[in-house]
Amino acid sequence: MSENKRVAAPKAQNDLFRKITQGPGLVSVLGVIVALVIGGLLIAVTDRRVIETAGYFFARPGDFLSAVWKAGTQSYVALFNGSIYNSAQGFSPFLETLTVSTPLICAGLGVALAFRAGLFNIGAQGQIIIGATMAGYVGFAWNLPIVLHLLLVIVFGLIGGALWGGLVGLLKARTGAHEVILTIMFNYVALYLLDFLMNTEMFRRPGSTNPISPVLGSSAVFPSLPGSRLHLGFVMAIALTIFVAWLLKRSTLGFELRAVGHNPAAAQTAGVNVARATILAMAIAGALAGAAGVAQVAGTEKVLTAGIAGSLGFDAITVALLGRSTPWGTFFAGLLFGAFRAGAVNMQISTGTPIDIVLVVQSLIVLFIAAPPLVKAIFGLNKKKRKTRSATTMAGA
Amino acid sequence: MTAQTLPTSVLPTRPAVPLKTPVFLTVIAVIVLVCFGLLGSSAAANFRLSTAGDAFVLPTLVFPGKASNLVIGVLLVLAAGYSWYRRKQGLVTQRWIVIVFAALFVLSFLIWVVSGANVTTISLAALLAGAVVLAVPLVFGSLSGVLCERSGVVNIAIEGQLLAGAFTAAIVASMTGNPFVGLVAAGLAGALVSLVLAVFSIKYLVNQIIVGVVLNVLVSGITGFLFTTVMQRDPDLFNSPGRLPIIEIPGLSSIPVIGPILFKQSVVGYLMYLAVFLVWFGLYKTRWGLRVRAVGEHPKAADTLGIKVNVMRFWNVTLGGIVAGIGGSFFTLVAIDSFTKEISGGRGFIALAAVIFGRWNPIGAFMAALLFGFADNLQVTLTIIGTPVPSQFMAMMPYLVTIFAVAGLVGRSRGPAAVGEPYTKE
Repeated sequence: MSENKRVAAPKAQNDLFRKITQGPGLVSVLGVIVALVIGGLLIAVTDRRVIETAGYFFARPGDFLSAVWKAGTQSYVALFNGSIYNSAQGFSPFLETLTVSTPLICAGLGVALAFRAGLFNIGAQGQIIIGATMAGYVGFAWNLPIVLHLLLVIVFGLIGGALWGGLVGLLKARTGAHEVILTIMFNYVALYLLDFLMNTEMFRRPGSTNPISPVLGSSAVFPSLPGSRLHLGFVMAIALTIFVAWLLKRSTLGFELRAVGHNPAAAQTAGVNVARATILAMAIAGALAGAAGVAQVAGTEKVLTAGIAGSLGFDAITVALLGRSTPWGTFFAGLLFGAFRAGAVNMQISTGTPIDIVLVVQSLIVLFIAAPPLVKAIFGLNKKKRKTRSATTMAGA
Repeated sequence: MTAQTLPTSVLPTRPAVPLKTPVFLTVIAVIVLVCFGLLGSSAAANFRLSTAGDAFVLPTLVFPGKASNLVIGVLLVLAAGYSWYRRKQGLVTQRWIVIVFAALFVLSFLIWVVSGANVTTISLAALLAGAVVLAVPLVFGSLSGVLCERSGVVNIAIEGQLLAGAFTAAIVASMTGNPFVGLVAAGLAGALVSLVLAVFSIKYLVNQIIVGVVLNVLVSGITGFLFTTVMQRDPDLFNSPGRLPIIEIPGLSSIPVIGPILFKQSVVGYLMYLAVFLVWFGLYKTRWGLRVRAVGEHPKAADTLGIKVNVMRFWNVTLGGIVAGIGGSFFTLVAIDSFTKEISGGRGFIALAAVIFGRWNPIGAFMAALLFGFADNLQVTLTIIGTPVPSQFMAMMPYLVTIFAVAGLVGRSRGPAAVGEPYTKE
């Protein structure tokens, strides 16, 4: 394949043109559009008014078409109103989007970093859970001075995630077990562990039979912007994005991780300690997911519950994939999916469209972006049939 | 033997016989001896073998708690010692010893929890029968995994296939009023999920793990969406599938213990036994199976011999989807007679664990699924009789066992060589 490329190397101009028309940028945008359209059709097909008008489609097709258009667009307008701007609240929904994005970005960075090192971190869910558990415990059980307390909450959250992720790295490096299987299994172990802890005296709110922890002390939570749920955790997410960008691009460790991700055998030959890189990659990835746990427990929720991680760990995978495993790509993908999440709440209230549509759109986006030839085929961009690189580029490059 | 003849320089990083097995066996043996034996309750644990309606009555098994576990503990310590001795001789511990060891451990664990519980009698017959029922979707899911992975395609989407099967079975059976039509539709739904997996991973060369993970989210989203928008609006029309009948084979079904397991099942239950046999027979006794395994191990060699690698994979993945889809119908046509969101509840991932623990072999996966079903049912039983073991730790068991299995602490799990790698002709 590489030979073909060398032979058919186009001029620089053509190259630029191709990058714009067929590069990941355009494909990503088109992928998002196709996914949104399919989601809209799904909303329309199940809409009551659409079903009614379909009954007399041949008599008055206009009714049917306008109902379809209405059903689809109304939902998306509500989504926009709930996530970015509406006339009543101005831009304050956007603050909610940032709040919801915070853990998505942190955990997404964890998944992305592991991808770059050639590791499939399906375990963000478990790492978030353990991070949130440790951070939460420090937050509600300890009494500490104001700045120190929050710092320790963050540190323990990072350590929790790092341990849970690092353990997977260690097992992989030592025994060669596949990290996908390990991380999936570790997710469930973490889930049941938290479920168990939430039913003990140590974690349960005194006098309550529900599995819910005491509220975190005011010294242990992120300060938040008055009038919204947005908290300082978002700044942490930005800082972590900058850190990961620096780590991957400028640091020796980052270079080693990318080398291992591209070709572990070559990296080994070049003197990289692959085992160490694997363990560190998983530990840092875990710490980043742990930061998502911190953002949840010390920012958005302020209590620890068995469902603290929601489906964040799995959303994080789609965030990292949409962001093509680059730090800033992940950041903006996190914002986009955060907007979907935040807007979906409003959408469900005002148009009755279930939140699940977000899952559908989200996964379709990732599927389409992972298969550029399919998107190009849909839009007829596939004039010259060229074999695309195998989609390991999704994970690796 | 081979380890002795090989010069040590061939294996520079690893000793000839790994320490794992002896160390692991010793740790378990000490736990049994100390925790279950010395510190265990001395009350007797009673296991009832017969249930009402059996053709003849078997006596109840009675194990004095402490004494039995001390005996088992000593046996296990001896076995562990033997494992160390074998290692010193440069030999690995025989597999049957490890299997007997594991069986004794399970027995000892059962005696320990039951003798320490508030009620010291459990029905072993009901425990086993329930375990098989709970294992049904796991078995179908793991067979799907075996079919896909043996041909070289990783199937993380088992969960999605089960869920799609469960949803479709419910809605089609409700609308047609016939659960058998629902069963067929469930197979088709599973195949549809598989088709997406196949198209994206084989045609578009998207990483198989990515497609699998994303498909699970997609199916969860679509079924959740349709559940709220369609099913909940008119549950009578869309979400009341009715159950598949339980078919009892007269006479045979009243044999104690094995009667209910083998001869008192739903159609899906009988199909499970049939599917295990067919997949095993197909993979190991037919030309088709040989080709599938060749494609999964060494696609290039298979291609050279004229086997169409990607076509083979495509059909195998589709077949796997049908199998898992039928398994999904268990949730809505056998277990309960309606669909709810996320009704498969992560069982697709336990099925994946069963594939690995069963070493990518249909019989092995079947056994592993039964073991996990047993753990699942034991958890329910133990909560009822009130034991000190938190139910969450029982629920963790399948996952922990799998971690041990893939990390090589319990035997060695190695998948088909070419699994996960797309095949392109050069």
